[in-house]
Amino acid sequence: MSTRLARDGRFLNKSKAIKFTFNGKQLRGFEGDTLASALLANGQTLVGRSFKYHRPRGVVASGAEEPNALVNLGAEGRFEPNARATTTEVFEGLKAASQNHWPSLDFDVGAINARLARFLPAGFYYKMFIHPRPFWKYIYEPFIRQSAGLGKAPKARDADTYDHFYAHVDILIIGGGVAGLAAALTAGKSGARVLVIEQTAHWGGRAPVDGGTIDGLDPDEWVKKTLQALEKMKNIILGARMMGTGIYDHGYVLGYERLTDHTPDQDGPRHRLWRIRAKQIVTATGAIERPLSFAGNDVPGVMLASAIRDYVVNYAVSPGDRTVIVTNNDDAYRTALALKDAGLEVPAVVDARPEGGGALMQQVKDRGVRVLTGKGIAGVSGGKQVQGVKICAQAGEGAVLEEIPCDAVAMSGGWSPVVHLWSHCGGKLLWDQEKAHFHPDIGRAPTGADGEPFVIPAGAANGSMSLANVLAGGVAAGQMAVERAGLKPKRIATPEGDSVTEAPMQPVWMMPQGAGVKLRNKMWLDYQNDVKVSDVQLAAQEGFESVEHTKRYTTLGMATDQGKLSNINGLAVLSNALNADIPQVGTTTFRPPYTPISMGAIAGEARAELFQPIRKTPIHEWHDDNGAYWEPVGHWRRPYCYPRDGESHADAVNREVTNTRENLGLLDASTLGKIVVKGPDAGEFLDMLYTNMISTLKPGRCRYGLMCSENGFLIDDGVVARIDDDTFLCHTTTGGADRIHAHMEEWLQTEWWDWKVWTVNLTEQYAQIAVVGPNARKVLEKLGGMDVSKDTLPFMAWADGQIGGIDVRVYRISFSGELSYEIAVRAGQGRALWDALVEAGQEFGVMPYGTEALHVMRAEKGFIMIGDETDGTVIPQDLGLHWAISKKKDDYLGKRAHERSHMVDPDRWQLVGLETIDGSVIPDGAYAVAGGTNENGQRNVQGRVTSTYYSPTLKRGIAMGLVHNGPDRMGERLEFPKIDGTSVFAKIVDPVFYDKEGAKQDV
Amino acid sequence: MSQMWGIVPLPVVGHSSNRLTLLARPDWDFIAMKRYSVFAIAREAARYHTGWERAWAARAPKKKYDVIIVGAGGHGLATAYYLGRNHGIRNVAVLEKGWLGGGNTGRNTTIIRSNYLQDPSAAIYEKSRSLYETLSQDLNYNVMFSPRGVMMLAQTHHEVRGYQRTAHANALQGVATEYISPQRVKELCPIIDIDGPRYPVLGALWQPRGGTARHDAVAWGYARACSDMGMDIIQQCEVTAVRQSGSKVTGVSTTKGEIDCDKLGIVVAGHSGVLADMAGFRLPIESVALQALVSEPIKPCMDVVVMANTVHGYMSQSDKGEMVIGGGADGYNNYTQRGSFHHIEETVRALIETFPMISRLKMLRQWGGIVDMTGDRSPILSKTPLEGCFINCGWGTGGFKAIPGSGWGMAELMAKGASPLTDAFTLDRFREGRFIDESVAAGVAH
Repeated sequence: MSTRLARDGRFLNKSKAIKFTFNGKQLRGFEGDTLASALLANGQTLVGRSFKYHRPRGVVASGAEEPNALVNLGAEGRFEPNARATTTEVFEGLKAASQNHWPSLDFDVGAINARLARFLPAGFYYKMFIHPRPFWKYIYEPFIRQSAGLGKAPKARDADTYDHFYAHVDILIIGGGVAGLAAALTAGKSGARVLVIEQTAHWGGRAPVDGGTIDGLDPDEWVKKTLQALEKMKNIILGARMMGTGIYDHGYVLGYERLTDHTPDQDGPRHRLWRIRAKQIVTATGAIERPLSFAGNDVPGVMLASAIRDYVVNYAVSPGDRTVIVTNNDDAYRTALALKDAGLEVPAVVDARPEGGGALMQQVKDRGVRVLTGKGIAGVSGGKQVQGVKICAQAGEGAVLEEIPCDAVAMSGGWSPVVHLWSHCGGKLLWDQEKAHFHPDIGRAPTGADGEPFVIPAGAANGSMSLANVLAGGVAAGQMAVERAGLKPKRIATPEGDSVTEAPMQPVWMMPQGAGVKLRNKMWLDYQNDVKVSDVQLAAQEGFESVEHTKRYTTLGMATDQGKLSNINGLAVLSNALNADIPQVGTTTFRPPYTPISMGAIAGEARAELFQPIRKTPIHEWHDDNGAYWEPVGHWRRPYCYPRDGESHADAVNREVTNTRENLGLLDASTLGKIVVKGPDAGEFLDMLYTNMISTLKPGRCRYGLMCSENGFLIDDGVVARIDDDTFLCHTTTGGADRIHAHMEEWLQTEWWDWKVWTVNLTEQYAQIAVVGPNARKVLEKLGGMDVSKDTLPFMAWADGQIGGIDVRVYRISFSGELSYEIAVRAGQGRALWDALVEAGQEFGVMPYGTEALHVMRAEKGFIMIGDETDGTVIPQDLGLHWAISKKKDDYLGKRAHERSHMVDPDRWQLVGLETIDGSVIPDGAYAVAGGTNENGQRNVQGRVTSTYYSPTLKRGIAMGLVHNGPDRMGERLEFPKIDGTSVFAKIVDPVFYDKEGAKQDV
Repeated sequence: MSQMWGIVPLPVVGHSSNRLTLLARPDWDFIAMKRYSVFAIAREAARYHTGWERAWAARAPKKKYDVIIVGAGGHGLATAYYLGRNHGIRNVAVLEKGWLGGGNTGRNTTIIRSNYLQDPSAAIYEKSRSLYETLSQDLNYNVMFSPRGVMMLAQTHHEVRGYQRTAHANALQGVATEYISPQRVKELCPIIDIDGPRYPVLGALWQPRGGTARHDAVAWGYARACSDMGMDIIQQCEVTAVRQSGSKVTGVSTTKGEIDCDKLGIVVAGHSGVLADMAGFRLPIESVALQALVSEPIKPCMDVVVMANTVHGYMSQSDKGEMVIGGGADGYNNYTQRGSFHHIEETVRALIETFPMISRLKMLRQWGGIVDMTGDRSPILSKTPLEGCFINCGWGTGGFKAIPGSGWGMAELMAKGASPLTDAFTLDRFREGRFIDESVAAGVAH
């Protein structure tokens, strides 16, 4: 059983005890513990259940590669599922619960799946649950779904905050082991701006645990000294608890800093996502040990040899009293030595190599440990805890030679460089036959926009497995990075690493070599997803020969560890099954993130109010104070209407329409786009942009214009005012301002770059108020300051002046059909003018009106609305707007498109008015049916509603619509089926329902 | 009963048409394709599953085929399958540059719906959706079609009107959809925050028989069924040239040699422009990377698919428990099937606003797929200027849901020269201005 040792641990502060709970049980750890080490210290070897078979699972690893020890962490707004115990630092009051079992971790009903495992091989669900059909939806799938997932779903809103940081550096070094530190020292001395990041809380990586010396010093000492040197350099930033998440195009890197996960009571953001641009990136990301594939390698107590060493040395935790070591390489012997140093028993080292290892083996033998060479493990006894191992000849089929009682197994199948970050952005890999691993192919690095490489691997991540090579590689990478970043490298003495020379490892992909199907059925590759050697072999047998097919068919490597332990072993099994070389079969694609990162960190600060800041007009607060019911329009909020106490929205709209038509209405039109187009070629430019002729417009006058896309479709409309010879002010729709400005700039920058035209979007610089209704002139005259009479300021004219002492520009334009002035003022004066109008307007019956009243009034007048009458498929000709299309111009955007065969097709649907027979309102979006069905069995249609409202002016439902040959069919009746199965009938009429002569607006 | 349960190990007359033709194939190995069923699993379990055969055969290319399909993704394989099943054309090869189903078929977010606005779109997507209903049985391969329901949130008044219009159109098109209230949205998907604050949910377009399926299984199921009909699926076989005589296609050159054919179907999504170039014509297509991601798996908390177009993101929960999230396409043309970050950021932001509980979940994996976008965001299923050469492309961001319908229509087009499902989707439409613009419904155009 695992327990705490009396000795010290490198990371532990034994003077500071910490209380935490696991499944409600109160346990004790020390400052510096991870949740995994603390659980092991408390004898908790069983920590979870696997995904598919609900097999008992214990801690396997000591870092980010851990597949098993995942817990539900915390509660309420601080609850997190699938937290990895090996990378979770314990803190006072931590609450953890194991996952994926019912009713309890010890007794899990789902473990029945393990008994049925023979019936549930890889891909079983593709082959069953097919009949009878309804069973899938009602029985099979609900059953599968209920057994899906690991951690619980969070329920509460996240109580933490997150933020983003931006960093621009010459060199980014990912990984704070000795290779990364050596690279940092080298790069730092050259004066380059360097950021060094390390995913754990500790610098130095594996070297201090693995032994050897650096420049004659204990590695711990060297790391300390080096850190002190680095901290003194102003050009270096060191970031611990920060993981290199992903490398993207052009040297863009994400760093994931965990700020308060280990101190949840501290103020400030929980995670910080660093968005880093680096000229050069050094990946010193280390290597990960591989498990060995033997029967029972998933029983709790079977762990990676390096992890056992870590727990003993760093956390003073013994994973077992008697640990058998099984290996195919020399490195695992270090674990034997560490265990012996801690006074623990090592009954045997089982070395699959017939000749065994080198100097390290000898040291172990000298300590009196029995070493069995050429042997393997044929099976593990025990269910929820290792009780012993069965020894067999590696070269055989698994005949048991002896059984050795033990309560832990340390396994090592060799090491795989962490090549993930190297590969994210296209770095290629080479297979090293001798070390049996993939390492970066330096000649095929990720390249930037200039075609030059921008990632340099170093240390174990580059395949260097001896301390001396790791350090030399770190220095070389640092120098290369400096040179490539365009700086001058300074020579530094390469730190000298000295470690025991290791004998060659020997790949062992299956133990024993000739294992039969029964044993292969118990050899786990992917612990979390329950993928076994037999599953990969089955996939190969069934033709899933691509490594991607095998992955997807078996789910190998698709668990939350993304195959950090399983991928290479699985690949080797697949290669053997296909009788192909490993590099020929290839790896699956490495994708960001390196380990999962919180969604909160991805979103950063932009949540709630900051998610998409609301744009507010200068009059926004008045609307809010006066009961506006808001409608989101683009990023703005506009008042939809201003309901009074007890009034429905519909009643409010009707009141606002009626009052505007009879007295005086005010509309906050500030959101309308206002783009100034200026320059000697401005007129010509606008002639290209609008379908109308704009260049002939006289200063002081306004013109309604239409804009089309290249494909001829109407995209925006609005009034253009000519300010002077060189200057035009183009009004756009509220939603269209940014889009149309971008559209103008695109044409100017890509096609007409030699035209002398400048554009600027002044939407927010002006507030604009529409003063509308028969009393509009009266209220302006009351405020005084300029002549607003018909003679001086006729319809479709504009003038600068003053109203009520405020500088204004007044446009005589109307979207309601009433006498109307749109008054633009500097934004800062918008509220003052509004207040003045409201006060002065009292005697004239002033009321504000919202967007819906605006819509109703324009529909009564038959004015089109972009987004209602248009939907990206409608051309101006469909809307009877031929008059706004210049015949005199050689060209405008959309002209050629308007000549295409389908655009001049007489069968296009055309704009008409629709008057319901019974006076009701046609539902939004209704279609007019024609007889019969088409070839695809759909009902034939002959038109549709584009705008439909109750008209308080006409006291009936009115609508606009596009109808096949509509204008030629006045008076015809159309049927509009409703969703409820009934129909509305409407008569085709002229689209102008109100004041057809336009007498009311031109007064 | 026994037939219904699929335990019949031997072909039964009248059970399915492809089996009959297999009987007629002289080289057909009678035992080769065992039917999949719970009983087959039990039988195989007894011998540790050593008896399962290859899901599809590995064959060398023949010298000539009646039809060659380039691209063994879902659309290509489905085209081949329906050529065989519906039109009796079985001398077919499907050529694949990489591994079958490895393009967008294996990279999408698996949403299936047919609540489209325009008639031609609704027709082909609804045909597709209805074929998905029985696809597992048709293919004898569980593609896990899960009609859990798809809702598209309306978060602006403009979207409300847009979806009401779609609901009306769907009613006339025979597509079962419904415009539902915010309260119903909350009932169907309790983890949604319908109150905003930025964009309160005003309603949703709900298609109860939309849903998801297991994307890989769709490709594998079609591949197995095609192979079962005697068709050759040839992987690792890149087409390097399209050969022609006069103005008629005669075959292709590949990395596995020259192969002749009477008819050629190009069904290669993101790389359509490359193949069209080989065949001597140009396409109005841009290829961009579409971004997607998944969270770590959690216990079931979301039974429906939700699409939120205003904030731009969509999410569902896979049968494995992962939250599957899709977002936007990169703003520049490219062929790198890699994830980029800025869209992920925007999408996750949007979805945290919509589903606050996901904030403390973790992103497990992100990736990109190359989507072929047309100007009107509708596909091209068409004859081409090269006689005998047909193209099926332009599915953009929504191709997975269309696989069976696309294959059905494309097969009919290739066999008969026309199909009511594909007639509107010709290449000519871009010249004529006869667009089928679906961005109307998505609210993208305005």
